[in-house]
Order: sequence, then C-alpha cells, then structure tokens
Amino acid sequence: MEEIVNHLVSLTKEISGYIYPNEIELHWGLLVVIYPYITGLVAGAFILASLVKVFNVKELQPTYRMSLLTALAFLFVAPLPLLAHLGHPEKSYEIFLTPNTSSAMAMFGFVYAWYLMAVLLLEIWFDYRRDLIVWTSNEKGIRKWLHKIISLFSKDISERALKFDKKSVQMVTIIGIPSAFLLHGYVGFIFGSIKANPWWSSVLMPIVFLFSAIVSGIALILLIYMVITPLRSKEIDMKCLDKLASYLFYIMIIDFSLEILDFIHRTYEAEESIKILAELVSGRLFVSLVVIQLLMGMIIPLGSIAAVKFFQVPNELRKSIYFVSAILVQIGIFSTRWNVVIGGQLFSKSFRGLTAYKMTFFGFEGLLMSLGLLLLPILILFILFKILPPWDEARSN
Amino acid sequence: MEKVNNQKSNDIKRRKFLKNLFLSLSGLFLPGIVSAATKTGRLKDLILSLGYDPKEHLWGMGIDIDKCIGCGRCVNACKEENGVPRDPFFFRTWVERYRIYDNRETLVDSPNGAIDGFKPSINDEGNIIRSFFVPKLCNHCDNPPCVQVCPVGATFKTDDGVILVDSKYCIGCRYCIQACPYGARFLDPETRTAEKCTFCYHRITKELSPACVEVCPTQARIFGEIKKKPSPLVRFMRQHVLGVLKPALNTEPKVFYANMDMEVR
Repeated sequence: MEEIVNHLVSLTKEISGYIYPNEIELHWGLLVVIYPYITGLVAGAFILASLVKVFNVKELQPTYRMSLLTALAFLFVAPLPLLAHLGHPEKSYEIFLTPNTSSAMAMFGFVYAWYLMAVLLLEIWFDYRRDLIVWTSNEKGIRKWLHKIISLFSKDISERALKFDKKSVQMVTIIGIPSAFLLHGYVGFIFGSIKANPWWSSVLMPIVFLFSAIVSGIALILLIYMVITPLRSKEIDMKCLDKLASYLFYIMIIDFSLEILDFIHRTYEAEESIKILAELVSGRLFVSLVVIQLLMGMIIPLGSIAAVKFFQVPNELRKSIYFVSAILVQIGIFSTRWNVVIGGQLFSKSFRGLTAYKMTFFGFEGLLMSLGLLLLPILILFILFKILPPWDEARSN
Repeated sequence: MEKVNNQKSNDIKRRKFLKNLFLSLSGLFLPGIVSAATKTGRLKDLILSLGYDPKEHLWGMGIDIDKCIGCGRCVNACKEENGVPRDPFFFRTWVERYRIYDNRETLVDSPNGAIDGFKPSINDEGNIIRSFFVPKLCNHCDNPPCVQVCPVGATFKTDDGVILVDSKYCIGCRYCIQACPYGARFLDPETRTAEKCTFCYHRITKELSPACVEVCPTQARIFGEIKKKPSPLVRFMRQHVLGVLKPALNTEPKVFYANMDMEVR
C-alpha cells in the first residue's frame, strides 16, 4: 500500500492542467501493452500460415509449420500478462464460471479457448499426424513416447486417413481465418468500445488492430526464418523471403492507410476532445507515436522494401534490408500498442490535463516481468521446434 | 432390414453420447451457478432482514452548484464514513473549483479533492468573471458503462438504482475504471478491488441520508427518491433547471446539477 502511495506521490509532479483526483494512478501498464502485442503476433502468424493452405501460396511452404508453432508458442503466453496485472489473479476463474455476457473482456476466455483448442491444436495435430506416426517407428525412449502421446496413439496412415487429414487441415484453416480475425479484432474491441475514452473509442480500432497484427506476425516469421535457417546451416530460400517481404509490404500499406484515415477522421471531425489529444500527440506521445511508430516502424521499412522492389538489389543486401525492416516493424508495432494502451490513459477524461506513466523495474507489473513474458514464448518455441521439427527435411515423405 | 436397424441403434447411441457429453460438460459450470446464486442470496437476505425492499425505491441526488461553498466537509465525511484511504489519490466524492476569466480561459483545481477546502485565489493576474464549486461523485447512471464491461458481474445495478461493487467477486481488472467517463472509480490500494460511491448504501437502507448530504452546511446536496412525489429531490428537480454531466454519452446519470455552467465536465 505504501509503495503504491509513494509511487503516486512521485507522479503528481508530472501532471499538467487539471485531472480528476482518481486519475493519477494509471491502471493499465506495461503488461496490458504486451497482451495485445502478443495476441497480435499469434493472429498474424496464423494468417500467414493460412495463406499457404487456403490461397495456395507455394513459395511460403518453408514457413508454414514454423508459423503454426510460433502462433502456438505465443498463444500459450498470451493470457499470462493479463493474469499478472489483475488485482486478484486467484479469482480469475470467475470469468469462466460467471461471465458477464455484456462484457467484452468476459469473452476472452471463450475466444481464447476456441482459438487454442478448435483451431491451432487441431490444425497442428492433423498436419503432423502422419509424420508423428512415421517418426515413432524409428525412435526410442522418451521421444518415441512423446510423439506417440502427441499423435494421440493413432496409427492409421492409409491413403484414406491421409486424405482425411489433408481435408481437415483445409477445413480448420478456413474456420481459422475468421477465428484469428475474431481473436485480435476482439482485442481491438476491448479498447474501441470504451465510449468514455475518445482516444480508444473508434469503430476502426478492431480493424487497425487486426492489420497491425498481421504486419507484426509476418515480420516475426521473417525474422525467425532468417535467424534459424543459417543456424541450421541451410540456405535461405530467396523466393520465400521475397514473398514474405511482399506480403509484409502490402499489408503495411493497408495498415498505414487505416491509421492515416483514423488521423484524418479525428482531425476533421475535431470533437470536444481534439484539443487535449493534439496536446498529447505533440507532447507526451511525440517520440513513441510520430518518431518510433510512424517514422521508424512504418515509413522507413515501407520505403526500404519499396526500394528493393524497384531496383535490382543483390541477395545479401536484400537480406539485410529485409532483416532490419522486420526489426523496425516489430519495434513500431510494439509502440503502436504502447500508444494505444498507455496513450489512452495519459489524458484526463475532463479533457483538461495530462498525466504521466512511470514504469517500475521490479514487481508484477515491472519491466523485468515484461521482458520475461516476451522471452518466454521464444523459449517455448525453441522447445516446440525440438519436439515437432517444422523443417522440410523432417517430413516423412 | 437388419441394416436399417443397425443404423437406428447407431443413431440412438450417438444421441445418447451427445446427451451425456452435454450433461457432463455443463457440470463444469455448476459451481459457478451455485456460488453466484448463494452470493446474491446472501445480499438479499441481508437487505430483507432490515425490512428494506429495494424494489420500492429509486435513489438519486441533486446538487445545487450555487449553494456549494467548497468547504470540503462532504469529502472528509465520506472518507470517514466509508474508510476510504486518506491519501490524496482515492476519492468517492470530491469538490472542484472553477475559475473562468474574461479571456475565456478556465482554470479548474481540486487540491487533495478539496478535503481541506480551498485557499482563496489571490495574485490572480486575469479578471475572474465567474467562479463556483462543483461537488462530484458517482453518477449512479441508469445506463452504467462500468456495469456493462465488468467481466465477472462484480459491479451491478441494484433494484433501487444504486451502482455497487461486490468486492468479494471483483478480480481487480480495472476495466470499470477505464469505462467510467467521470473518474468516479479507483482501485482500493488495500483490497486491490474497485471502489466507488455507494450513496452510503449501509445508511440509506436504514432510512438515513448519505454522509456527504448529512454534513453539508448549505444543503447543496439533496438526496432522495426520484419517483415519489413527497421526496425533497423531486421538489428540487421541479424547482430548478437541471443538467447532468456528459449527457452526450447517454449514461443517464441520476445525479442532477442545478445552475451548472457549460464549462463543467
């Protein structure tokens, strides 16, 4: 209690103008920034994977299983930041037992469970089933049993069964695309539906969230593919890489247009809140919004990939440009989440003043915890790669 | 013929299987339903044991801005009565001072929620053309955004129109705090659950008025029934031009302000 009060006392110096007295405490901190960032990566990685199956983009085949496993690894971690930020994590099960049906947040558990159980796990299982069965026949010890358990002890690799697998993957993917849209569109709705907050309240919010999710997902897979392939002493498939970069480029253009539309709409309508929001954007959010999100995270990578598309660029340079662009995009999307979540709480609902956010290092909502939560999915992914190798040469045919 | 029979028995088996599956899965929700029922049951028992029937009331508050002198006794009384932390960041009610200058600039302040009143405004460079005090509290909206967003239903509207929080149920997600347009909610630093004005529910169910109303020396706050004719609030609402805070948000507040300036929000 004393800790909280001391923290709030230190914040009072940062206030400008008038804020309601209860508004000094900023309620959704770094952890709630990480939550939409991670779910965005899940949805984005899955949508990339479905390009291969539904739209038959052959060039992206090398990243198909990698995308699925990435989505799974990040999905495992997605609820953790939410849980850690609750005042009473031990009561969180109430969301499942007595959900309030009018609450967007109450639907989280159901959307999450649906996505995990009905989409990701099913698709991965059907896709790996044949390989799992073949692998077990040549393996010994723990690995053999692990694969047996994951395959749910199925043994049938007849022509008919494999056909059924293939059909099922197709089906699950088709259900999966709207589900991925639902998963992240829903996260956008949590913010977009708050009429009390003019920075959040926008119909565009779920759509902007969705497209920025796809952008971050593709950029992440591009990074993972570029890091892991040389580590396995394999050649990077340039066709695949070019295709990834192209998709990244096109989706970024849509994302950028949506954000510009949002900006124009807000300034043109110029509602009651416009003055305080303008003060916010030109002041406390300038670096994270204009410099990092727009310039570094959007304009520079867009320009670089466009330049690669127009001019003949040698492979090595192309790789470096893609790599740097993808990193910039990740930083940009992270600060997009930051600007939405933190930015939306920096101004008073009296529209008369601004507050500040001070991150702590230790503690449940501190920087250390957040870094841990961002590294955890990478660790899980590493283990998943060990258990379910997504590489082409590991396939049994 | 045999084949047809087989088909039928398979159908029945499947139907039975699905039925069992449904029944066993629905068992998962049973503890929740039972615990919810017992919890609301307990509240009901408590209220009924007082001989108070919430269905017979609809509470609201009137605030006459012209009468408020900004002494802050209501803020102090509220903290005393409800055990609100004394630190300057947690308020169920607070008082704002508005100073409007001839260049149309408006200054608002509320030092420590005005718990010790206000210092006189001297050394003012501009010319003040209007100045007044505005007590604020939960508006007990008839269309409450906080209740809408609570994921577990811990915050709810009672039959008598008061918005309450069941702190035993609240998981501390703070979505309600984000959804409240009036900044009327906070997270209790002790219990880590959402807190807010209850119209002193423990008092009004015993036919007492809320603490802030009780101590107001100028009767700037009027508490009472919205629908019953002999109520002082109904009289107040008949006699004044009324306004509510942020009407465009359609939250339908039940705290009504008389003599409210357009700068108040």
